[in-house]
Amino acid sequence: MSWDRRKFLKAAGVGALAGMGWQLLRPGALDAAELIGKYSPNPSQLAVKPGGNWGMAIDLTKLDDAARQAAAEACNIEHNVPHYVDAEGKASKQDIKWIWEAEFDQAFVETENPYAPSAVLHNKVLVLCNHCQNPPCVRVCPTQATFKREDGIVMMDMHRCIGCRFCMAACPYGSRSFNFKDPRAAYFNEKDPKTGQPRLQEVTSEYPTRTKGVVEKCTFCAERLAVGLQPACVAAAPGVMFFGDMSDAGSPVRAQLNKRFSIRRKPNLGTEPQVFYLI
Amino acid sequence: MLDLALKGSKRYWGWLVLLLVIIGAGFGAYVVQAIEGLTITGMSRDVSWGFYIAQLTFLVGVAASAVMLVLPYYLHHYKTFGRITILGEFLAIGAVTMCLLFVIVDLGKPERLMNVILHPTPNSVLFWDMVVLNVYLFLNLIIGWCTLECERKDVPPPAWVKPLIYLSIPWAVSIHTVTAFLYAGLPGRGFWLTAIMAPRFLVSAFAAGPAVLILLSMLVRKISKFDPGKEAIQTLSKIVTYCIILHLFFFGLECFTVFYSNMPSHMSHIIYLYFGYHGFNTMVPFMWTALLCGLTAIGMLIVPKWRQNEKLLAIACVLVFICTYIDKGMGMMAGGFVPNPLHEITEYLPTGLELTISAGVYALGILIVTVLYKVALTIKEERGE
Repeated sequence: MSWDRRKFLKAAGVGALAGMGWQLLRPGALDAAELIGKYSPNPSQLAVKPGGNWGMAIDLTKLDDAARQAAAEACNIEHNVPHYVDAEGKASKQDIKWIWEAEFDQAFVETENPYAPSAVLHNKVLVLCNHCQNPPCVRVCPTQATFKREDGIVMMDMHRCIGCRFCMAACPYGSRSFNFKDPRAAYFNEKDPKTGQPRLQEVTSEYPTRTKGVVEKCTFCAERLAVGLQPACVAAAPGVMFFGDMSDAGSPVRAQLNKRFSIRRKPNLGTEPQVFYLI
Repeated sequence: MLDLALKGSKRYWGWLVLLLVIIGAGFGAYVVQAIEGLTITGMSRDVSWGFYIAQLTFLVGVAASAVMLVLPYYLHHYKTFGRITILGEFLAIGAVTMCLLFVIVDLGKPERLMNVILHPTPNSVLFWDMVVLNVYLFLNLIIGWCTLECERKDVPPPAWVKPLIYLSIPWAVSIHTVTAFLYAGLPGRGFWLTAIMAPRFLVSAFAAGPAVLILLSMLVRKISKFDPGKEAIQTLSKIVTYCIILHLFFFGLECFTVFYSNMPSHMSHIIYLYFGYHGFNTMVPFMWTALLCGLTAIGMLIVPKWRQNEKLLAIACVLVFICTYIDKGMGMMAGGFVPNPLHEITEYLPTGLELTISAGVYALGILIVTVLYKVALTIKEERGE
């Protein structure tokens, strides 16, 4: 049998592949037990029943300035949400928002009622992603970079997002933000136009920072739920915000909804928001 | 046949160099955008699509309008259009190329473009828009090139190209219908949430596209020995007349539905565009310019004597172009996004860099059309048409 160059290269290639395969598959190379101990979810994690989904309730009668600020700030710190301001120090039109304050008639467009108590009408509301049961953003995404998890969370894969921003056009709640510029630069390089000082911000190393060109939004703190913690905003506003499994009649959120009347944002659109406002 | 594009007058080469310079400038601006991000545009959290997607919307219409030549010629054997069908098909190739480029320059992560194919998502209209635009591009490339080559060799086109030609007719309708569905299927965007969006897009396309073709035909007659023919131009002008009337009629239908029903989330957008909203009125002069151009064009086109006067016809075609370009481009974007879902107002105007990048894309599209027209016209001249 004569070995020409071609045959030799083939044999060498197969041999090399086999060798690499063995390296990967040999016992002990990837110790499954070790991995499970390290990466599997904490046994105490919060979970929803099969067929259930996460939901939130916000008590508008108790939502005061302190609660609003605490909830928003907890989220911003937890998720390294950058904030951009324009030359006048106002929020930039390219700002990133996960959870933020809005006037009642902005949050509940076309639900205004001139005779409602002014405590309701003139109190600000916290708005965030509604984690809709029929999310239009998921429907339009051309790459499934935004998708619905079995537990109801509308999730973003920021490694797949191509930045087409179709989801931003589709979201009827304005809950999505686009990284027009590199958010990492904002932490360290950008200067505050008022003070002229670098706007140094502590980066939370537990949560990934993003890159420019992708869309982001509230994830109901999926990373905290996985280790048995409530969402950051809910934890920061005890007694004002409630969270839990919507299919569990005994969950904190359902307990509130059973007692009180609640409204949702734009229910006429059929999106089935899972954020409820107690009034 | 492409070698025919390599022989040309000084004027031809000068034109190509000018286009290349604009392409270079556009590319330079795009490099800045690639480094800095889309922050260099005027777009915002509230107006998340801008000038780029506006051009996509408009140019899909120009591309689709080739069907206004293909259909009468191949389905009704209207011989007069046989001479210029190739001009429509080659214009479509340039227009679709620009459409695809405008999508790419609009992406936040263009390097991940292939994710649309790696993770195909049939429930996304953008996925289908990608499919129909690419297929339409190839249909026109194959049909245009093949029929032109046969014409040059003086043989009838091969049998296999006929089914492709017939397919290209509904396909032209599909590209603009699917583009309309990008907007028309979104809940909570009152300006776009209308079943008449696709028909509106189609009639404005069949007004704008043939208007561009008339102007190009007049230009072709000036700079080459090929004459597209007075009759072809006159027939096109009738198509423009009907379609620009329908365009404004359909807008009137929108206004009736929106204002008679008196629903605030549908009215606020049109009020913003034409009258300003809470003191924000950037779009008002543009929208009235568009409306007045459209009405004037109808006045000029509807009288046969004026329409037959080619000088007046050229002016009317320019007015039709301005009307549909503003209405379907910036009007469609600003109207859809302002006011935002929380009823806040963030206005939008493109930045210089955004316009430079867009100019670069246009120059590239015009370059393609120039080269293709050069080939087609040289062959027509050879044949003494």
